[in-house]
Amino acid sequence: MTPRSLFDKIWDSHVVRQLAEDRFLISVDRHLLHEATSRDAFDGLRRRGLAPKSTAATFAVVDHDVSTLSGRTWDSYSPAAERISAMQENCQAFGIDLIDVNDPRQGICHVISPELGITLPGITLVCGDSHTATSGGLGAWAWGIGTTEIERVLATQALILRKPKTMRVNFNGTLHPGVYAKDLILYFIGQYGIAIGGGTAVEYAGSAIRALPVEARLTICNMSIEFGARSGLIAPDDVTYQYLAGRAHAPAGADWEAAVAQWRALPSDPGAGFDREIDIDCSAIRPQITWGTSPQDVIAIDAPIPDPGGAELERRGPMQNSLSYMDLTPGMTMEGLKIDFAFIGSCTNSRLSDLEIAAGIVRGRKVADGVTAIIVPGSTPVKRAAEAAGLDRVFRDAGFQWRESGCSMCQTLGGDSVPPGQRSISTTNRNFEGRQGPQARTHLASPAMVAAAAVTGRITDIRKLPAIGG
Amino acid sequence: MQPFTVVTGIAAPLLRANIDTGTIIPSRFMRSRSINMGEKMFSDWRYNLDGSENPEFVLNRAPYREATIMLSGTNFGCGSSREAAVYALLRFGITCVIAPSFGEIFTENALQNGLLPLILPEEVVASLVNADDPTLTVDLHACVVRTPDGREIGFSIAPDRRMALLEGLDETALIQRYTADIDAFRAADQNRRPWLYQR
Repeated sequence: MTPRSLFDKIWDSHVVRQLAEDRFLISVDRHLLHEATSRDAFDGLRRRGLAPKSTAATFAVVDHDVSTLSGRTWDSYSPAAERISAMQENCQAFGIDLIDVNDPRQGICHVISPELGITLPGITLVCGDSHTATSGGLGAWAWGIGTTEIERVLATQALILRKPKTMRVNFNGTLHPGVYAKDLILYFIGQYGIAIGGGTAVEYAGSAIRALPVEARLTICNMSIEFGARSGLIAPDDVTYQYLAGRAHAPAGADWEAAVAQWRALPSDPGAGFDREIDIDCSAIRPQITWGTSPQDVIAIDAPIPDPGGAELERRGPMQNSLSYMDLTPGMTMEGLKIDFAFIGSCTNSRLSDLEIAAGIVRGRKVADGVTAIIVPGSTPVKRAAEAAGLDRVFRDAGFQWRESGCSMCQTLGGDSVPPGQRSISTTNRNFEGRQGPQARTHLASPAMVAAAAVTGRITDIRKLPAIGG
Repeated sequence: MQPFTVVTGIAAPLLRANIDTGTIIPSRFMRSRSINMGEKMFSDWRYNLDGSENPEFVLNRAPYREATIMLSGTNFGCGSSREAAVYALLRFGITCVIAPSFGEIFTENALQNGLLPLILPEEVVASLVNADDPTLTVDLHACVVRTPDGREIGFSIAPDRRMALLEGLDETALIQRYTADIDAFRAADQNRRPWLYQR
């Protein structure tokens, strides 16, 4: 039998029917809904007089535009009340279980989906959000869709797709101290550019990926869309199964044993073919920081900002735009640049392990004068777990704001934004113009780098931050 | 879905690479049905912070206020999956964007709404910019772009996508024709993976 990749196996097991040479009807196992992109899809169902095909396959949460302030209710942030209210009414009307604002399970859809065991290895999972690939960290084929496709999945549990090309990125070797999953994926995007993944399903493999805990794998897969890949996958292994065991929507009892037996057959076969394969030597990776307005505008913390004059022709214009928007000049290093905001949150880096790393740096220190430092845990369960571990005290004592869960300052939601012209260092996924607010300037980095900048007030090489009391 | 056949109109040049869907329509303008997304399209470039128009921005200049076609750079519509980016373009009146490449989710969303994401090489897109007479015709029947000086530039699009646009195909209705196949698939799959079919 021809050796198959992880992606090939999931694809093959979800083809309902081939419709044309390159068009396939694909079955969708699970579907996540949130309030920001689903309203028109429900209205579409109404127009057609249809009911959801499977409410058991459909999971809904209010996450994008909720207030993250303490004591919030669904309508605390009044500009979002209309669409949150529509979400509540639509889920009620169509019999879909909604995880509402103050539900103990609430959180960012891509954080709660793994956390609740909605995401499972080998499944197809879609959501009206481009960061759906996050769930690929557990070995699911997960991708973002638009609102028309949301309606289609609600109505039919299927989509018509072309088979994507495949790419495997092997992260080999061990990580230096101060280097995290976020640095790996930023480095990759910096080296290969934001177009490298277009039209592909990407598998991340290699010894460095195997050594990562699940939450870090989710961070890697999360940013697949930032280089054009609609999905990113990591083969499941014992780390995956340990993470999933006992989760609310994961199989249990005899089903669990049967499921794990199936999942063990998922990893790519030796000799499986990929349309492209790339090897990354992790020993070359230093802590990363973006300087521009595209995720490919990224450098190591101790490297100079590149000169557009030395770049490929088609990169020069965008690099000039980036430098002008960010108010930076070629040749300077990012180290020492003053910041106004430090944000730890988003579906990229807001899980318990991210908060633990940040707390390890913040403990015994204070947020620098003039810096607004905000932590938005990725979910209510993450928040509760962090509080049980005393992390909230560490952050509050240092002067961080300790918020409720939501998408928040990742993209100017729930009332949280960076004012015009101000500089933010952020654990999020996009440094696009205006992403954190009109004319806001965003630097993407790992939670460790954001925590270090929060306490020094400047972009800081995490490797140089002296140990407290050491 | 609204079919796309032939459009003749003003082509507005916005030749930047990597224009993301959040720039096309910022998230704060997706909240309410009372917001006219056509007015808010490209808001951060089109308006100053005080709300006044930025006179430099192409869509604030005659004749581009009436644009029905947009010329742009590589990777147009990258980033967020928001279909609202397509709604905003259509609400403004733009039914065709011509660029060297597009974000994958944007492409799907455009095709679902009768907006043609037309791919041409960067130098050809640049050659379509004509300040004296910015009128273009995009003919999906013939798969050509016609310029005021009589040039005809051919473009290619997958045949099924072309037909879907020309006919205004409703893909949901198409899938519904295969309901029996889907049900049979799901019944067999339920035997294999029963845990996915319960809550």
